[in-house]
Amino acid sequence: MFDVVAQGEGPLFMDPDADKAREFFRHKNRALVSKVMTVKEAVEKFVHDGEYLAIGGFGANRIPTAVCHEILRQKKKNMIFAGHTSTHDFQILAAGEVFNRCDIAYIIGLEARGLSPNARRYMESGKVKSCEWTNYSMALRLKAAAMGVSFLPGRNVMGTDTFKYSAIKVAKCPFTGQNYSLFPALWPDVSAIHVHEADIYGNCRVKGISIADFELARASKHLIITCERLVHNEEIRRDPTATVIPYYCVDAVCEVPFGSYPGNMAYEYFSDEDHLKLWLKVEEDAGKFKEFLDKYIYGTKDFNEYLELCGGIQRINQLRAQEHLIELNKKES
Amino acid sequence: MAEYNTMEMMIVAAARNLEDGATVGVGTGAPCAAAMLAQKTHAPKLVIMFEAGGISPILPTMPISVGDSRTIYRAIMASGMCEIMETSQRGMVDYTFLGGAQIDMYGNLNSTVIGDWAKPKARLPGSGGANDFASFCWRVMVITPQDPRRFVEKVSFITTPGYLTGPGAREKAGLPKNTGPHKVITNMAILGYDEETKRMRVESIHEGYAFDDVQKNCGFQLLKAKEIVKTPVPTAHELEILRKEVDPNRYIIGR
Repeated sequence: MFDVVAQGEGPLFMDPDADKAREFFRHKNRALVSKVMTVKEAVEKFVHDGEYLAIGGFGANRIPTAVCHEILRQKKKNMIFAGHTSTHDFQILAAGEVFNRCDIAYIIGLEARGLSPNARRYMESGKVKSCEWTNYSMALRLKAAAMGVSFLPGRNVMGTDTFKYSAIKVAKCPFTGQNYSLFPALWPDVSAIHVHEADIYGNCRVKGISIADFELARASKHLIITCERLVHNEEIRRDPTATVIPYYCVDAVCEVPFGSYPGNMAYEYFSDEDHLKLWLKVEEDAGKFKEFLDKYIYGTKDFNEYLELCGGIQRINQLRAQEHLIELNKKES
Repeated sequence: MAEYNTMEMMIVAAARNLEDGATVGVGTGAPCAAAMLAQKTHAPKLVIMFEAGGISPILPTMPISVGDSRTIYRAIMASGMCEIMETSQRGMVDYTFLGGAQIDMYGNLNSTVIGDWAKPKARLPGSGGANDFASFCWRVMVITPQDPRRFVEKVSFITTPGYLTGPGAREKAGLPKNTGPHKVITNMAILGYDEETKRMRVESIHEGYAFDDVQKNCGFQLLKAKEIVKTPVPTAHELEILRKEVDPNRYIIGR
């Protein structure tokens, strides 16, 4: 057996038992039925207080913004969040105080844009119980879950405080005697991923980088897909090589054009840096931030209303041009 | 002689440390600027890799995020996190290039908390992919301003492994053999590590500074390389590329 030589002190929020997961997936529906619904319906049906939530994409790149907003509008609480490659998604969910437990790999920051003052206040408030990980550690946990095994080994993390405050164990390899860090499988209760195209059953296409979304899709017990465009099932069947998430992983399909806004969507539109800057600025003052949230999230009925408030199609057109490195209004000199 | 600011000096010095044809896992912020400058000057065949999945792009502008679409512009592959980290774990990535909040004499990095973990003075983002890259890549380079609040005797939290407690500690913990910190590039100097003690040492000093300036802005005793050289100043060509092509919006060089 494995000889465990060290273990982190952090809490393991989810059971890594592969047989229990198999029992769940044994009964997961694989019928080819339409799963098209609104984001509101999807969140009502699949996101529940107290459960484990993960969000696909990379912080402000290919994120399901509409689902994050709807989770706030429906006032979901006491969830456990996968703080994995999270930036703007974390910022939104922290604003709603949606979670009180968090697996931390990357949180609070928005990369080169700076740190979110509100998310930082929330994480320093003592309201959130947390456990440390790294981005690859979390990807490996999802990969183990997607494989249907209870852990996977890696050669990172050992010797650091990140390890000390994690729920990772270090064990000797039974073949070589070398130390390995062992990462427990993570089967999130519910996840949301934004993709380029999906059919009504949930067969998905993604262009550009995958981050850890293909692992996440397979690891998740329930999966909400938002897509830029719905395509016909015949289009999926015309080019099966392009399918990256098969329908039987998926529980809800919501068509949300520009759904990663204000994040970037590869080959579609660039991130709205002005709007992201506005979020960071307005968060400095708790009162102003509340007004901001009331206006942009709680006071809007859906993602379309939010987009309209942010400049609508006109703004999207500018971001499309930016994505494709087209200079609008360029004067010939 | 061309005029330049300290951030420009730091990025130019960092870029020169990336050799053509090398593979490098690049962190967010200043490392992106340095990698792009290297690609646009002496290292057109530099293979830049981003943790979110971008492999070997020809960067049109500096990425704001290590997962944004600039990271796959004219790239050879748009992959995912496992592909990048496993290629590193397999031993095919020469360098990683990271930023950091705090660093100690063994090159251990803290980006998790300032103060006590349970009740921190300040909560920071955490590892992201930094611990992973610094565990797996052959050589770790760090770019950070020379400041006694950053160069500390003891980091609040070892987020990302340097040489841990000294010689042999990485291997003893279980990290891959013959890996570890390589250079630290600051606005005043290029620092390396003593082969015997694995402690940080000054190797090259930028124009306008002396060893004492570097030491005064460092919270621990620095060692000296046998011969400390002068860092060549940025050339007009390097500065032009940096200002016009790499960071025209002055995201990094305007800090």
